Amino acid sequence: MSHYGFIFAAYAVTAIVLVGLIAWVVADGRTQKAALDELDRRGIRRRSDRAS
Amino acid sequence: MIELANPTRFMALSKRLLPWLWAAAALVTIAGLVMAFRAPADYQQGRTVLIMYIHVPAAWLAMMCYTIIALSGLGTLVWRHPLADVSARAAAPIGAAFTFLALVTGSLWGKPMWGTWWVWDARLTSVLLLFLMYLGLIALWRAFDDPVRAARPAAILALVGFVNVPIIKFSVEWWNTLHQPASVFRLDGPTIDPAMLWPLLVMAVGYTLLFLALHTAAMRNEIMRRRVRAMRVRAAGGVLAPAE
Repeated sequence: MSHYGFIFAAYAVTAIVLVGLIAWVVADGRTQKAALDELDRRGIRRRSDRAS
Repeated sequence: MIELANPTRFMALSKRLLPWLWAAAALVTIAGLVMAFRAPADYQQGRTVLIMYIHVPAAWLAMMCYTIIALSGLGTLVWRHPLADVSARAAAPIGAAFTFLALVTGSLWGKPMWGTWWVWDARLTSVLLLFLMYLGLIALWRAFDDPVRAARPAAILALVGFVNVPIIKFSVEWWNTLHQPASVFRLDGPTIDPAMLWPLLVMAVGYTLLFLALHTAAMRNEIMRRRVRAMRVRAAGGVLAPAE
């Protein structure tokens, strides 16, 4: 008794969601890093950075 | 832990740790998948038991992630830890994704085994409620422009919602459900054959490592997002809400 369509669908959904989650987290990290770099280029720094 | 209490130190330590976490998560998950596909078929379910190796770890992670959010909520309300709200906010979308996977893979397992996609029994309904709790928390955080102001109401909601986690765990014992009772974490030991138990446990470790990598990366993103916001507000001559 095997139901390969259900097995394939379960693994496919899992792969899509987990790969999507990883891609979203990595892309968000790059967006935030780019925003920090842009502020740094404009000379806007954190108070703690200015103090050091 | 004291070293990690400072967001700047967390950023430095997590930067070094993250590549190792990603690598460990990939290696252990691949090993778990190889073991799962080489494990024997179930005498009743046949190869459909393969769904267990992705469904059960997703369900465990769904509950573990909410527990971390609730503990972070405690950290926000009681100790006002600077990373507690960051941790909770970063964990919520990850927990929602694992809960979604538990629901969908459970449904795809239920149809061939039970003959139905869904029943409103205690286990399935309480997990659906967990998913809605995650969405509610995410919506609450997004409703505030200032993350500092959102921290306390979100922490309270997370702690109130934590009552659902033991209900999920014990629902199969307290009520008559279509879902099977616990077969791994039992006082009298697991009832699964070791040939299936080991791949399941390795998959659970792989999922946990993946969660740790995702959570660490998401916490770094959240810290950077708050820094960007604080710098933009300051550059515009605005005033930030006092930190909790």
